[in-house]
Amino acid sequence: MVLAAAGWMTVVILVLIMIMLFVEGLPILAVTNPFSFLFTSQWYPVSDPPVFGILSLIIGSLMITATALVIAIPLGIGAAAFLAEIAPPPVREAIKPVIELLSGIPSIVLGFIGFLLLAPAIQRIFNLDSGLNGLTAGILLAFMCLPTIVSISEDALSAVPREYKEASLALGATRWQTIYRVLIPAARPGIVASVMLGMGRAIGETMTVLMVSGGRLAIPSFITDPMSAMTGRIAIEINNAVFGGLQYQALFAIGIVLFLITFAINLVADLVLEKQRRRYA
Amino acid sequence: MRKSRILGAVALLLSVSLLLAACGTPASTSPTTPSPTASSTSPSQEGGTIVVKGSDTMVNLASAWAEDYITGHPNVKITVSGGGSGIGIAALLNKTTDICNNSRPLKQEEVDKAKAGGIDPVSTIVAKDGVAVVVHPSNPISELSLEQLAAIFGGKITNWKELGGSDTEIVVLSRDNNSGTHLFFKEHVIQVKDKKAEYGPKVQFLPTSQSIADEVARNPKAIGYYGLGYLSNQQKAVAVKSATGPAVLPSLATVLDNSYPVSRPLFCTTNGQPKGAMQDYLAWILSPKGQEIVRSLDFVPVQ
Repeated sequence: MVLAAAGWMTVVILVLIMIMLFVEGLPILAVTNPFSFLFTSQWYPVSDPPVFGILSLIIGSLMITATALVIAIPLGIGAAAFLAEIAPPPVREAIKPVIELLSGIPSIVLGFIGFLLLAPAIQRIFNLDSGLNGLTAGILLAFMCLPTIVSISEDALSAVPREYKEASLALGATRWQTIYRVLIPAARPGIVASVMLGMGRAIGETMTVLMVSGGRLAIPSFITDPMSAMTGRIAIEINNAVFGGLQYQALFAIGIVLFLITFAINLVADLVLEKQRRRYA
Repeated sequence: MRKSRILGAVALLLSVSLLLAACGTPASTSPTTPSPTASSTSPSQEGGTIVVKGSDTMVNLASAWAEDYITGHPNVKITVSGGGSGIGIAALLNKTTDICNNSRPLKQEEVDKAKAGGIDPVSTIVAKDGVAVVVHPSNPISELSLEQLAAIFGGKITNWKELGGSDTEIVVLSRDNNSGTHLFFKEHVIQVKDKKAEYGPKVQFLPTSQSIADEVARNPKAIGYYGLGYLSNQQKAVAVKSATGPAVLPSLATVLDNSYPVSRPLFCTTNGQPKGAMQDYLAWILSPKGQEIVRSLDFVPVQ
């Protein structure tokens, strides 16, 4: 009874948040049509008249998130396979908590380290004009979603029945072939879930991105360009936006876009998981 | 050198955590800060609580004033918080603050909203602030005209070579649009010729003055701007030349005598003419004692 109430409460709160988001954000479409809001990149919210185009923010968010995943997926799955299959138990017992500890680092601290150490290094290594750019942000975000990916993937790999591994090795497959061809495919639902959760964290991350992504409001052409993400824009501007004003509505509309993107990610993740579950059931 | 780097780092961490704290406060009608709600009637002469809220540029100044003032007026309590000029003005409009600190004048939109809510905003200039334009100390450029600055920040000049410097890209750093300094710089520098001009597409908006100071200190291609108080020997201030006058370096003296072209007034705004304790407080701010505090915090006194 109590549990059911708690469950329903969550749903109700979620729906209320959604309603709030739409009520506050949709009125902007009376001023800016949806097409120019989504597909132009002029963002001058405090000018007169204000101009709201968020394409550069959407592309910035996607590029930074994609970079984070490109780094975090191979590293994360590799680390998970090592921990689950190769590392001797004492090593695993030592490493896993350390990786999980990584997720406890507050994002502001990571952003701070990125600003002071990683940004100058990236600037030197790639000979860039500024170390505050999408690549720096992506690398830091990779560290933020790595613990999620490693930890859930490792659980998924460990949960694969022993017989799979034994059968594969008995057929003469090497350890690498076993991991790559048998164990990872068998654990795919868990691995996909871990990547989706990591991606959710990356795309919603605000503080780190705000500090190191460079804050340029033009459509980036390379990952090494300074750029802005949707989350950071909301965080920095909502403070000063006139309550109920156009800028305020536009920021809520960015929130709607973010919400729809994460909703789509979760939906796809669920569909993939369901399909996999049926196959291996 | 090493120590000042660490200090800079600590300052950056602090400023960003302040920003984070500010992010947690929605710009809504409900006062979420623990500060007491403004009394609906003005505090009396004998004592009371004065709530001060607004510009981040002015928050240290306002705290210093409050601390000094209450030592001589033990019956008066003053709570000071920041958030930005917009937050302060919003608070004045929904009557959750007695005094709003603003580093920009009220927008017409805000004045209309005030009138509609029966509020009569009265602004008093309490100090002046000079906005310094800074480059890396190794940059050979030492003076720029307002028009050149407008072209750099408006995205029309993109290489230092065009200004007589080395053949490298200009990395243009600006405060973000939550800052009064952002608007001030746009209206007084970028729009000096063309009232429709905007920040260029390649400008990088950084969240705090400290992050601009840090990036300029380590990036030889960078140019940025911020209030005089953030100047240090790790950046080089550029002398600014207006259409009429000679190139002038930013300093207390040049802001005060109006020869430095990029300076602005800072306001305290109240609902109607200040009365009672508030009147006394504002008069004290403009007194030699209050203005001495202005000078000690690297702002420029008005009296």
